[in-house]
Amino acid sequence: MLEVKNLNVSIGDRKILNDFCITVKDGEVAAIMGPNGTGKSTLSYVMSGRPGYTVESGEVLLNGVNLLDFEPNERAAKGLFLAFQYPLEIPGVATMTFLKAALNAQRKYRGEPELSTPELMKKVNAAASKLGIKSDMMKRALNVGFSGGEKKRMDILQMALLEPSFGILDETDSGLDIDALRIVSEGVNSLRDPKRGFLVITHYQRLLDYIVPDTVHVMAGGRIVRTGGKELALELEKSGYAEYLGEEKAA
Amino acid sequence: MSAQIIPSRTPAETTLVESFGAVKASLPGSADVAKLREDNFAAFVEAGLPHRRVEAWHYTDLRTIMREALPLAAAPSPAALEGLKKDVAALPLHGTKLVIVDGAFVPELSDKAPEGVTISSLATVLSSGKPDLLTLLAGQGMGAGDAIVALNAAMMQDGIVIEVAPGAVVAEPLNLIYATASATPVARFSRSLVSVGAKASVAIAESSLGEGGRTGQTNGCLIFSVEDEAKVTHTSLLTGSVAGSIRLETFMVSLGARVKFDSFALISGQGLTRRQIFLRFNGEESESTMRGASLLRGREYADTTLFAEHLAPSCVGREIFKYILDDEAVGVFQGKIHVAPEAQQTDGRMLSKALLLTDGVVMNNKPELEIFADDVACAHGATCGGLSEEQIFYLQARGLPYKEAEALLLEAFAAELVDELEDEKTAETLRGEISSWLAARVVK
Ligand SMILES: Nc1ncnc2c1ncn2[C@@H]1O[C@H](COP(=O)(O)OP(=O)(O)OP(=O)(O)O)[C@@H](O)[C@H]1O
Ligand SMILES: [Mg+2]
Repeated sequence: MLEVKNLNVSIGDRKILNDFCITVKDGEVAAIMGPNGTGKSTLSYVMSGRPGYTVESGEVLLNGVNLLDFEPNERAAKGLFLAFQYPLEIPGVATMTFLKAALNAQRKYRGEPELSTPELMKKVNAAASKLGIKSDMMKRALNVGFSGGEKKRMDILQMALLEPSFGILDETDSGLDIDALRIVSEGVNSLRDPKRGFLVITHYQRLLDYIVPDTVHVMAGGRIVRTGGKELALELEKSGYAEYLGEEKAA
Repeated sequence: MSAQIIPSRTPAETTLVESFGAVKASLPGSADVAKLREDNFAAFVEAGLPHRRVEAWHYTDLRTIMREALPLAAAPSPAALEGLKKDVAALPLHGTKLVIVDGAFVPELSDKAPEGVTISSLATVLSSGKPDLLTLLAGQGMGAGDAIVALNAAMMQDGIVIEVAPGAVVAEPLNLIYATASATPVARFSRSLVSVGAKASVAIAESSLGEGGRTGQTNGCLIFSVEDEAKVTHTSLLTGSVAGSIRLETFMVSLGARVKFDSFALISGQGLTRRQIFLRFNGEESESTMRGASLLRGREYADTTLFAEHLAPSCVGREIFKYILDDEAVGVFQGKIHVAPEAQQTDGRMLSKALLLTDGVVMNNKPELEIFADDVACAHGATCGGLSEEQIFYLQARGLPYKEAEALLLEAFAAELVDELEDEKTAETLRGEISSWLAARVVK
């Protein structure tokens, strides 16, 4: 279970997250929607430990452990996964080398035995074919020269491989064509599990037709301002964020 | 007492003048060669050791750095050579081993030349006076005006002359192995030539055995003369120099038409390394790739200075040099691409990339283009910066600890050039060198 409690975060002297609270139960898919610049990516970065933010107060509890006390790699090994809004290119690091290093680093941290190369290959190939990722991409440097959509698929492939207990998807739908959106969504859906929670950040209700959420939260002014079921996304599609703009200004 | 002009000769220059006077009679070569030595030495004396005001040596002020000139290496004793035998045998190199001890080619320690290849010592060639080889050995005017090249031409003790017959395909690399038999630091001057006939194909790999080339003062010159449609790959390991040593390596390459030339050099170590490359495209449609990686830490210093001359049309030149600078290391890259009026359709690209790991390092970059043809595509670029914190975070977010993420990115940066090498065994050796350098890194 993920519980974010009264999280206050600023960048420089600008307050971004404002007493932010959310709870996502095991097995639950929670969607967050909200205007540009309201702090959705900031939330996902702070949860995963990116430097550059001042956490003034609050907790991010994953299965009762406060992630904020740990390094980013430790958070990952404890089960947190962030699919980036903009996955990075890493020149010179072969995708396969990277996947092996990441998986084994996590296993080592958890005191599990390392995975052999053949075992890894088997897992990677299975996940890749599910996501329609061509095998030659695995030989290339990580994300280098990949199209926007290919990068997103690669991020989801990593999630499938690392089997986190909680996944954050930051605008995974942006940059995906219609077929890729379906394929990636199926990839995510196949990872849905009674023990795994998701936070899906998106601007478009369309993604939520594929990855059907249990709860939808509206974020404005650095906090959740409204919570509902999946029908809330449909409502937002029609009405926009006008009624929440007051919250933005108040922040 | 009447006023007189006292030439401000440095102690090192004075010693060099004395040395040359003492040894010139015993240096190998015909009377013509002796004359060339005299002329070159006069040119050296006139110019003196290179200093700040010599453009090509702006950053590496040898006049200040080289406090003394070491005594010239003596011919290795038979006992010392005997001692080197098992070390040579133990070298994990594939291909033909050709051993140069303190500047002198030692056939007794070397393998036989493979088919299609003729190997002689420089001393023999200088004495036999084969005019065509002597012309090539003079570098066809490349490096003219450079005092260190002139000093090498005056003092060259020995070296190796490799002739690859036209059409010969040499399957295994020819390894030039630099060794030393001297217990104390000495100076050595060697000049070697690789003359590659038309349509031939060969790989040359330079490396050190023990402290060979890594101690004392080395002034080495390797000249490639490559005929039409030949294919050459070259690697050079200028690694592990000892503190206080000075290694000056001149690399001259002249290419005929439709040649493919590929070179990679790795530089590391506590001594000063200066590598100067003179590349000349004499024939059309040739392709050359020059790569280098310098890995420097502590107060280490390395200078790579390159001059590429396009004298014929439609050639492709790629020059890429990378630096990883840690602690207080200093890197220098100077590169000039010259395109003559007749060298239309030249495609020349030069790039230097430096990774600065601390605030204490210095990278001096000086790229230049000199273009006299109108239909060319030439570019140069230089980047300097630290490791990307964004990339480190991305790797961390996937589970890699900070230090591992950093190491992976450093390795990727340096090894990228190695990945492009054709010969997998050579690439493997170079990767090993890079990894062990990184492994020795003290992470703060
Ligand atoms: N490094 C930074 N320095 C200064 N301001 C920043 C920085 N990163 C983010 N911000 C600001 O913080 C606010 C929240 O940004 P964030 O990226 O979290 O928004 P978002 O909700 O994800 O927006 P979008 O929907 O456009 O992705 C924005 O106003 C942004 O300009
Ligand atoms: Mg965002």
